[in-house]
Amino acid sequence: MTVPTRVLGWLATLGLAAGLVVAFGVAPREVTQGNVQRIMYVHVPAVWVAYLAFTVVFAASVAHLWTRSPAADRVAAASTEVGVVFLGINIVTGSIWGKPTWGTWWTWDARLTSVTVVFLMYLGYLMLRRMTDDPERGARYAAVLGTLAAPSIYLVHTSVYWWRTLHQPPSLLKAGSATMPAVFWMAILVNFAALGLLAAYFVLRRMDLLRREQEALA
Amino acid sequence: MTAEPLVHVVGLRKAFATQVVLDDVALDVRAGEAVALLGPNGAGKTTLLRILATLARPTRGTARVAGHDCVREAERVRAHVALVGHGTWVYDDLTALENLKFWATLGGHAADAATLQAALAAVELERVAGARVRTFSLGMKRRLALARLALARPRALLLDEPFAALDQSAGKWLQARLAAFKAAGVAVLLTTHSFGRGLGIADRVAILAGGRVVLDTPAAALTADDLRRLYALHVDEA
Amino acid sequence: MSYARRAWIVLWKDLVTERRSREALNALLFFSLLLLFVFQFALGDRERLLAVLPGLLWLGFVLSGLVGLGRAFLAERENDCWEGLVLAPGDKSAIYLGKLAGNLLLMLVVEAMLIALFTVFFGVELGGALGPLAVVLALGTLGFAAVGTLFAAMTSQVRARELLFPVLLLPVQVPVLLGAVKATEAVLAGEPLAGVAHWLKLLAAADVVYVTVGVLTFEVLLEP
Repeated sequence: MTVPTRVLGWLATLGLAAGLVVAFGVAPREVTQGNVQRIMYVHVPAVWVAYLAFTVVFAASVAHLWTRSPAADRVAAASTEVGVVFLGINIVTGSIWGKPTWGTWWTWDARLTSVTVVFLMYLGYLMLRRMTDDPERGARYAAVLGTLAAPSIYLVHTSVYWWRTLHQPPSLLKAGSATMPAVFWMAILVNFAALGLLAAYFVLRRMDLLRREQEALA
Repeated sequence: MTAEPLVHVVGLRKAFATQVVLDDVALDVRAGEAVALLGPNGAGKTTLLRILATLARPTRGTARVAGHDCVREAERVRAHVALVGHGTWVYDDLTALENLKFWATLGGHAADAATLQAALAAVELERVAGARVRTFSLGMKRRLALARLALARPRALLLDEPFAALDQSAGKWLQARLAAFKAAGVAVLLTTHSFGRGLGIADRVAILAGGRVVLDTPAAALTADDLRRLYALHVDEA
Repeated sequence: MSYARRAWIVLWKDLVTERRSREALNALLFFSLLLLFVFQFALGDRERLLAVLPGLLWLGFVLSGLVGLGRAFLAERENDCWEGLVLAPGDKSAIYLGKLAGNLLLMLVVEAMLIALFTVFFGVELGGALGPLAVVLALGTLGFAAVGTLFAAMTSQVRARELLFPVLLLPVQVPVLLGAVKATEAVLAGEPLAGVAHWLKLLAAADVVYVTVGVLTFEVLLEP
């Protein structure tokens, strides 16, 4: 583990601590939903972090297709894994948040649905990597998929949103509107920074592990 | 200084996740020369041919055909090399003529009816030009593969155990065809794990064992018995 | 132009093969008929069926598409023909376009058959909707075939390809499916296409994205 990675790890730990403090101590209790609303401080940053990771996957995939760089491939692989984990966190927290609010574990709400489709898409990416015997070929195929997946995220969100909202009332699960009080936004942003640092730390550690695996084989 | 041989391999290494197949292979084949590469199953003969045909990438080392590097200039190499492997590249539902038409067009070669018929005639398949390949024997499919190759006019011809599963007359026929390729200046590299027919047209014989070429000598310098002895020696050692 | 010739010869080969063996077409026709019966048994009521007709149609198209596209490179796996494609010179995207054209034609034929079967078995009246329906079919099927051809090539060389192919294809197809079903709903209800212009634009955008990515990256799949 290199020094920058170690530093990142410590920063992430500090960030998580700060995030917890802000989420439970600083942000006030929400009037209608009660304490369960605090889940938002993980739920929202998690999807931002995940989508940031998938943007990195797109860039790394294109880079790999262009240069066949193993490093670019490692970035794509690690970022996908981390992105999928954070997206999973987003989905689960969304479901947990929704239970007391709607009474059910699942609703075909536009955001939840599209995020889950994206989750499935990148889960498929991980399956593809696992099922290709030749690592170099696996890297190439994954890069093709990673390139296709990114614009697909946009198409999925647009289509699901139109599907849900054009004839239906908008979702009740407002993660946050522009009129949310500043302190809520602050809590979200602090946790976003914390989760972002954590994700970056995981990506770097994972990349390091992948590099050592590849070197052991050569 | 002599020009680089048409097929030039040096320091070649191919390692898979679980094993090292080629360790430090060096081999040359010149224009108009035929080299027979002997080795037990799993010795890496097919792997070597696939690397030369740009179907696989080496872990380390150099493989060059017609002066072009197999990894960095794969496209150029493909224009000059032809591989006859275990697969015959035939679509069972197409006729012999249609198969040739497909591969010739895809390869950017002339694909007019006259050229294709001539190619079939050269491998004595002109009478079954309109028959579906599904009805062909393995020998006939191999001949069709050679017809396809001939259209591409390769400068290096790689054959993976071409005499396996061929009967006497088909084997003789193949020997004659390979001699014709040699006479046309093509470099021929064929692999075999039997001592039989492959050696008939070979100018040089090499043995691949333990991931290396352990013997590389003109065929004329060895009798069949010598060869058998040396083979047993090296293969047992490896 | 050599590129067009090579794309054409790939399409030609698939057409000749299909005409000779009729494997895919027969099997998919039979499959469509079976699907119809499965839908009938699963949903029973004619009213219920007609209410969800657009969705059922596209469900049928997707299922047949999975079966049909999944075998797009089956012939290439025999006799090592895949190697032949790998070693083919020049821009490999010509092969992609040739394959795409063949797959598109196959899917459109199957879809036409399925629609015909629906009209016969469920007494559906199409009338003036046929023209607009054809437009929706073309846009939706192109999106499906574009990604399907790419993924079929991808999965033809990996383990568990029969599982991986639908797993990879379906999430990416969600926008196409949604757009196609919504547009079909409108068309079958007799509404003008202009009413679902946004969905059609989404389909067209998806088609452009998918075909572009396919053309740009197919070569990568055909490396050794």
